[in-house]
Amino acid sequence: MDAAPGRSPRQAIPFLLPALVVLAALVLYPLVFSLIRSFFDASGEQFVGLRNYVDTFTDPRTLTAFRNNVIWVVVAPAAVTGIGLVLAVLTERIRWATAFRLVLFMPMAISLFASGIIFRLVYEEAPNQGVVNAVLVGVHDVFSPSSNYPGARPRDGYTATEAGFTANAPARAGDTIMVPLVGFSPQQVPAPALPASVPQAGQGELRGVVWLDVSVGGKAGRIDPTERGLPGVAVEAVRDGQVVARTTTGDDGRFTFPDLTRGEVVVRLPSSSFTLPFRGLTWLGPSLITPVIISSWIWIMTGFAITFIAAGLSAIPRDALEAARVDGATEWQVFRRVTIPLLSPVLLVVFVTLVINVLKIFELVFVIAPGSVQSEANVLALQMWQVSFGTGGDQGAGSALAVILFLLVAPAMLFNIRRFRRERS
Amino acid sequence: MTLVADEVRIEVPVSGAPRRGVLSRLASRLGNGFVQLVLALVALFWLVPVFGLLIASLRDESANTASGWWTVFTKPTELTLANYAELVANRTVWQSFLNTFYIAVPATILVVVMAALASYALSWIEFPGREGLTVLVVGLLVMPIQVALIPVAKLFGAIGLFGTITGVVLFHVAFGLPFAIFLLRNFFTGIPRDLIEAARMDGATEWVIFKRVVLPVAKPAIASLTIFQFLWVWNDLLVALVFADQDSAPITVALRAQLRQFGTNIDTLATGAFLSMIVPLAVFLVFQKYFVQGVLAGSTK
Repeated sequence: MDAAPGRSPRQAIPFLLPALVVLAALVLYPLVFSLIRSFFDASGEQFVGLRNYVDTFTDPRTLTAFRNNVIWVVVAPAAVTGIGLVLAVLTERIRWATAFRLVLFMPMAISLFASGIIFRLVYEEAPNQGVVNAVLVGVHDVFSPSSNYPGARPRDGYTATEAGFTANAPARAGDTIMVPLVGFSPQQVPAPALPASVPQAGQGELRGVVWLDVSVGGKAGRIDPTERGLPGVAVEAVRDGQVVARTTTGDDGRFTFPDLTRGEVVVRLPSSSFTLPFRGLTWLGPSLITPVIISSWIWIMTGFAITFIAAGLSAIPRDALEAARVDGATEWQVFRRVTIPLLSPVLLVVFVTLVINVLKIFELVFVIAPGSVQSEANVLALQMWQVSFGTGGDQGAGSALAVILFLLVAPAMLFNIRRFRRERS
Repeated sequence: MTLVADEVRIEVPVSGAPRRGVLSRLASRLGNGFVQLVLALVALFWLVPVFGLLIASLRDESANTASGWWTVFTKPTELTLANYAELVANRTVWQSFLNTFYIAVPATILVVVMAALASYALSWIEFPGREGLTVLVVGLLVMPIQVALIPVAKLFGAIGLFGTITGVVLFHVAFGLPFAIFLLRNFFTGIPRDLIEAARMDGATEWVIFKRVVLPVAKPAIASLTIFQFLWVWNDLLVALVFADQDSAPITVALRAQLRQFGTNIDTLATGAFLSMIVPLAVFLVFQKYFVQGVLAGSTK
């Protein structure tokens, strides 16, 4: 029987034992094991010293993962903290702040896997599946309507340039220009198109015809009876690099430059008639994949930042803000000189939390990046899984990566311990 | 005095615009309208992706490959529950859905029980090394699970737990404990000392004090922890990816196999993802207060 209850160390044992056993067996022992394992080769039998670490820092896949982790750490936590701060301050002015925060917090409740699928769908490349590209294509087509004959091109005698298809041979008044186009389906020719025929140019004018030269069994470069002219193709007459006349073909594909009195011109078909339709951006391709995944992480974490910062804001004494306002400070000055300094401890905690989260990022990259670009989007946590359990199967190198991850998180560990100690004293 | 101060404060609008005149009031009103508009747009940005997934899960394969989910506004007849019927009828998926419960429920209960016990000792029983142990727990808060994947896989392999639900549960318990202890310890230490001392004076054992005094007071903290831990485990992919086999896989792992042909099986993936989201969303909406508190307290995890 203990004389002073609560002062007996022995009574603590049954309370602590279950948790301590689990923590020791599944967290502490593994940490030590990983450290030792990282000095052995893939089979685990051969001691290789620091080889796994050297290999890790020279392996291009791992270096990409490092680079991406750096991008993540530099961009993502600062972005979320900033957005969270602005939105937290703004929500103080509205009545539906609770509903707003609830909506933005919701992604925290669902799995990163599900969020990944959500954004895989959002950024899907086909504009009839991914909403981002659908919006981009919609906006794009309002400002520059799609061309009439995407992909069509002159059969020969023309050179493709930035501005369009330029005739190799110059023309002059009285000439007749034949422009046979190929590379376009006859089914897609607009309905008003009439059968094509060869025009006759009069005095001082230049005439021509643009037609679809694809009839089966017809002759290439000649107008066959079933072939139709192409309406609405822009045609330019160019002299010394300057456009001197501009016209559009009629329903039978004919065009006329009436007043070409002097000198030679070059006929050009501007590329606007032939550009392929805009299909949006390849979001899930190698160049945009990391920004895309970061954007989805921002979507997930902003609610957390807002809620945390809002809790900090409500703890700021109103008097301090009012005093500044009474002194004639603008809202921006109040925000910049009073709110932010008073809030900075909270902002630091949010930021550190987000950095830790970012260092461990795994599921989002795993789900959003298609297999073919996963190496471009790679991050350390994913690389660790790939190397140890995925295609690699090298647990020595995997352990080295795990230890590196641990070392990267270690400063945050110290930060937490120091904060904890300070709060107690 | 306090009353007066409060009343004065209420008269000042939160936006802080002093009553200067019609013009400045109008400007402030307009500014506020602008803020509302911006925030409404932001909220829309958060809702549209989820809404898109929901609609995609309610359209069949041909509809999803032919056109985007937004066409539902012109063709609402395309909506169907067939994807859900099909997915639930699929034994692998349904089993994985159940597995998610079999993993998340024990992993939550074990963490709450073990953490409550340990937190009591750390808060109210004096023993040598208590300070060090507490600091250790705080340090473990941010421990990346990657450091344990390989060793624990080996350990579980040796004792036959690899590829079992028990193994997945144990791993979740281990990595859930530091945060759970941290959260509960913070709450337990806030309990008034008099309450505990009075019980000791009455001769109550530590066990009785824990059960009769501490636990009833700590209900809100335990609720926060339970919900946080449940959602954390429910939403896991990585742990189960390593430690579960085909029969013990939770829904996230089961769906992962479908990822490769994303463009062509949006219907399956969207439905599966939404199925996996239903439980967390329901828990979130019902217990949002506790969940938000849990997340804020666990900001370091």
